Amino acid sequence: MSTEQNELLTLRGVRKSFGPVQALDQISFSAPAGKVTALLGDNGAGKSVTIKTIAGLWQPDEGEILWRGQPVQIHGPRASEALGITTIYQDLALCDNLDIVQNMFLGHEELRHHMLDEAKMEIAARKTLKELSVTTVRSIRQPVASLSGGQRQSVAVAKAVMSDAQLVIMDEPTAALGVAQTGMVLELVKTLAGRGIAVIIVSHNLNDVFEVADRIVILYLGRAVAEGPASEFDRQSAVDYMTTGASRRAA
Amino acid sequence: MATDDVAKTEAPGPALTDAELRAAAPEVLATNLSEYLKAWGQRIRNGESGALPVLAGLVGIVIFFQLEQGQFLSSQNLVDLLVEAAIFIMFGAAEAFVLLLSEIDLSIGFGAGFGAFIVCELIAPPDNLPWWIGVLGGLAVMAVVGFVQGSLITRLGLPSFIVTLGGYLGLQGLMLMVAGESRSSVGGVININSNSPIYKLVNSHMSTTLGWIVMAVVVAAFGAAQLLRARSRRANGLAAAPLGVTILTIGLAAVGGIVLLLICNSNQSLGVIAIEGVPWVIPFVMLVLAFYSWLLGRTRTGRYIYAIGANPEAARRAGINVKRIVTFCFVMSSVTAGLAGVIYASNQGSMSTDIDGGQYVLFAVAAAVIGGTSLFGGRGKMWNALLGGIIIATVYNGLALMTVGTDVDYMVTAVVLVAAVTLDSLVRRRAIAR
Repeated sequence: MSTEQNELLTLRGVRKSFGPVQALDQISFSAPAGKVTALLGDNGAGKSVTIKTIAGLWQPDEGEILWRGQPVQIHGPRASEALGITTIYQDLALCDNLDIVQNMFLGHEELRHHMLDEAKMEIAARKTLKELSVTTVRSIRQPVASLSGGQRQSVAVAKAVMSDAQLVIMDEPTAALGVAQTGMVLELVKTLAGRGIAVIIVSHNLNDVFEVADRIVILYLGRAVAEGPASEFDRQSAVDYMTTGASRRAA
Repeated sequence: MATDDVAKTEAPGPALTDAELRAAAPEVLATNLSEYLKAWGQRIRNGESGALPVLAGLVGIVIFFQLEQGQFLSSQNLVDLLVEAAIFIMFGAAEAFVLLLSEIDLSIGFGAGFGAFIVCELIAPPDNLPWWIGVLGGLAVMAVVGFVQGSLITRLGLPSFIVTLGGYLGLQGLMLMVAGESRSSVGGVININSNSPIYKLVNSHMSTTLGWIVMAVVVAAFGAAQLLRARSRRANGLAAAPLGVTILTIGLAAVGGIVLLLICNSNQSLGVIAIEGVPWVIPFVMLVLAFYSWLLGRTRTGRYIYAIGANPEAARRAGINVKRIVTFCFVMSSVTAGLAGVIYASNQGSMSTDIDGGQYVLFAVAAAVIGGTSLFGGRGKMWNALLGGIIIATVYNGLALMTVGTDVDYMVTAVVLVAAVTLDSLVRRRAIAR
């Protein structure tokens, strides 16, 4: 408990039910700054409900959410954003007809004399992309419709960084990507953590998880059945936890 | 340092991919004129020819009418055509505001009629109000019309098709009511005093000298703006369109202006007294389009309109007040329809209940879509209405010269509309089938 001051986000005993269905049953885990926390679990384990609760889409019935050690109420997506939480859903929420810069600044455009300050936005966007080592796009003035899946994911991440996110939640970021693109996105996840940002990554893919995660949290039927440094898990124990909620191998 | 950045993020990689060619404008990808032309050529080969087939169609139509009717390309007829085009262009611009959101506004035809009646009623006896009060009054009423329709669509979640279909009928009714109750109308017609600036909008001309001066100033200002923008982008270490491309654009603008002036400044009169010069309505329409273009391209509101048209959910999550922007677009659509109505009335010299709002609204959609504004939202520019409006005016003007009947008129309207939508749908299907 004493370490909680260092944790950016902590869920403590969070419960959530939809009618008779107990979606989350005593979820407790934390996400430290500068670390990648992987949220693992089979279908229906409660991963989506957990991230949507953090994103403010749903309120917990019981339990509390701590932000920098202080209990907070996240009443909606706005409140979550105001804290510094950005959630990147699988649909990425990009506008295909707008270019990379326009998407990165959507809703937060820089103005000069009441007009869009394109140069300022382009310079800032380019700087952020460079810091994230996203260098494969030909021009940041390309509409995102012309980008590959991995590049689109990168734009969504850069958009989060642009808005000074402290915690970035990524929902299945590599689900629709090929091998090379997956590698690119995983690198990006590491870069994010390297900048001191807390990353929560939801994934089915154990390869990805073991490649980037510092910490692993495993959900099973709405409960967090295991939490710890990634080094404490191997593929077999992770699969055991995901499918049965327990592992013989775990210490 | 700055150039180093450019090299890192925007180094020209290997050959352009198909996806890039399909989605990105050549000026985004090219670093010099020859690359630009190459990218452009590749896009055409990939079927992304933009306005080219439409321009080719226009040339075809012009040749056909000229062969049929020798006077088609006379300056007198061409100026008539441009004035008719001004009405279609305004209607196309009105519709573009809502098409960009992938909504539709069917009310603008009779909205134009209703708005124009209010303007004409206010400036005619017995009120005799100044022309600008009349225009402001008419446009204010149209803004309310747009606000009501937009609010029904956004607050109650009704489909714009149905709400504005109601507007189509309701505004036709209101127009007839205003005409019937009017103290200045005679048999549903309100005449416009020929000294009124509203009458002069279409029926009075700039002097030939003033025309040349205005054209030169506009082209010079446009060119200077383009060059300065490119220079400031380069100074900031940002990629700018190649100088050759900028000069080419400015050159084309100059050629367009010169052709327009040559047509308008030759004698348009069939009688003894010469009529020369650009009708005021032409610079007026250009000014409105330039303003709308600025609104869409340089302001937050414009940016949000495109964002909502492509992905309303993304726009909402980005914190954009989607309902407010959608309502704003319906207000703009109705107000612009009011302007179209004023040009219509000026062209007629009077306002009557004969205005065919049903046909005008179809032409509004056709003008916007032919020019390249998509029915499916998020794609299109205000200047597109210019091309679309000119094409429709050309078809109509040519048919009128050939003295075809109303039967043919309606059938041509149908074909033009369906052809325009087909073109749009084909482009979209190609864009999706990546």
